[in-house]
Amino acid sequence: MSRDPIQTIEGSALPLLFDNIDTDIIIPSREMKSVGKTGLADGLFAGWRYVAVGSREAKPDFLMNRPPFDKAVVLIAGENVGCGSSREHAVWALHEYGFRAVVAPSFNPIFRNNCVRNGVVPVQLPADQAGALGEAIQAADGAEPVIVDLDAMTVRSGATGPFAFVLEDDARLMLCNGWDAVDLSLQHKGAIDGWRDADRQRRPWIYLKAGR
Amino acid sequence: MSSLFEKIWRDHVIADLGDGVALIAIDRLMLHERTGGVALKAVTQAGRAVASPERVFAVMDHIVDTLPGRSDDTLMPTGKAFIIETRDAAKAAGITLFDLGDPRQGICHVVSPEQGIVLPGATLVCPDSHTGTQGAFGALAWGIGSSEAEHALITGTLRVRRPLTMRITVSGRLAAGVSAKDLALHLIARIGSDGAQGYAVEFAGQGIAALDIEQRQTLCNMATEMSAFSALIAPDEVTFAALTGRPLAPAGALWDQAVEAWRELVSDADARFDREIAVDAADVEPMISWGTSPQQAVPVTAVVPAYEEGRSRGTAANHARSLSYMGLEDGVALKGLPIDAVFIGSCTNSRLSDLRRAAKQVAGRKVAPGVRAICVPGSGAVKAAAEAEGIAATLIEAGFEWREPGCSMCFFAGGESFGLRERVLSTTNRNFESRQGPETRTHIASPELVAASAIAGCIADPREGAPA
Repeated sequence: MSRDPIQTIEGSALPLLFDNIDTDIIIPSREMKSVGKTGLADGLFAGWRYVAVGSREAKPDFLMNRPPFDKAVVLIAGENVGCGSSREHAVWALHEYGFRAVVAPSFNPIFRNNCVRNGVVPVQLPADQAGALGEAIQAADGAEPVIVDLDAMTVRSGATGPFAFVLEDDARLMLCNGWDAVDLSLQHKGAIDGWRDADRQRRPWIYLKAGR
Repeated sequence: MSSLFEKIWRDHVIADLGDGVALIAIDRLMLHERTGGVALKAVTQAGRAVASPERVFAVMDHIVDTLPGRSDDTLMPTGKAFIIETRDAAKAAGITLFDLGDPRQGICHVVSPEQGIVLPGATLVCPDSHTGTQGAFGALAWGIGSSEAEHALITGTLRVRRPLTMRITVSGRLAAGVSAKDLALHLIARIGSDGAQGYAVEFAGQGIAALDIEQRQTLCNMATEMSAFSALIAPDEVTFAALTGRPLAPAGALWDQAVEAWRELVSDADARFDREIAVDAADVEPMISWGTSPQQAVPVTAVVPAYEEGRSRGTAANHARSLSYMGLEDGVALKGLPIDAVFIGSCTNSRLSDLRRAAKQVAGRKVAPGVRAICVPGSGAVKAAAEAEGIAATLIEAGFEWREPGCSMCFFAGGESFGLRERVLSTTNRNFESRQGPETRTHIASPELVAASAIAGCIADPREGAPA
């Protein structure tokens, strides 16, 4: 269940400097076609990326449809990225397409957790820094790569940055080591079982069973 | 000196993982066929098992067809696979399933309270962003992703970064024709769609105590649209009455023991919150959204606001994009704007009292020609009660479609949608781009405002025209 460890992410970035890019935008519900975590990259940003619903004809004015943005590994967004539906498909689609980090001034908490669980680094920067990074990339037409360094905990691109960001230890350990959260938590199995045994005495109503 | 949130959190900490993260015990878990089936399947594929199937419950709500006479078939081409795989996985795991054809089936956040799955003081999670709805019962309930659902299924716990606490104290009472949905939109417009990001929000004050349990659920539901980690309302007699006799709620001596414990679930008088907000319910008017974020909402009597640097939320570019998408301009009056369709339903506003208020607006009248009107009850129980009470007949006579329970056209996961660029009035929680169909222009509002508008054929103020 563990995944590849991440140390440094380097590559082109896709600046979509809008606030409230919700998970419906990242992957519309109609694009979640299978009961699994794969086959989603084609549906990434479908509403913005293609000329019509269900179509696969690229919309020319959407940045992701032209090089080098089509090979982006870092998404740069505005405030409250990943708001809306809890669908983890949004992160699975980003990851499958090739994104390994999302830079934004603020993250929806469920989306942020989903990123950490799936090897996508949530890089939270003050709005002026995230904006400066996005605008520099736009100005240079994506010529300079973006580098997210998980040792130094910084992000930079060309002359912009480095900007420091913060991740709580738990998230950093999982991302940098590729550790799976279930494995980590099961190390506490004794404490979990002990807590449950005591709780059954304390709050027996939680353990009632459903009738048919 | 503890807040309600702190009391429930403290009771559920199994281990401190450092840096503000704790291993938290999860009491009850809900799944649905859109994201739950993926989680159940992944658990099996990893060679693991669901630790406590008796505390896990699954429903069919997101993708299922809501047209009368439905089967496992969906309008969405691959929807049937989600239904069948979730059903098979639920059976294999031994969890309780409220399947199609079961009178208990419905939207997860409507079904859970009806069945007594949510209880005061419990931790409850579901891979659905509106799980905070259930905090209306004094539970710590929050939305998670599928990976976290797998984690909770296998370990009975989650690794959670402790949120900050916010109290929103509501004084006064809502005026006639104004409901919890309006209060929610009023708050979101004020603090922004990320205004509660990182916070567990407690709603308190006389304005909250005066709300019935269903209005409280509507309010907590919409806290998601402020990006709150979760929302909470301290349990009181209203809560206890709502849970009495529910299948999974305790009964007899155990009920008395539980209620005694639940009475402790209040914020102490000297509890400290990281942020406090005060609002007077009397200042709230019927609200409607004009843009593509719930924060872009104004009183129904107002015009589309012009962008004001430093005062408007978001950027000028965001503002312009929203207006262009919605086919509106600065200064346009919302009241009187012609509409193509209305939708009454969703985990926000599909409960019996919501339908009752909508029916009151349309009783003895007809939906305006050319307007498509759809009502989808939140659960089998709501549907049966609405039919017994005559609400369904009132809506049908007015020209509404009366559907089977489910999430339906809150979004178009079931494959059904409104038409291109149609202007739709909706009791749902989200007015995002293309949420209800390709380029659909969704305005979110209360059931009474949506119902009044269906009759008028344009955006209408529910305080006018409807019989008292």
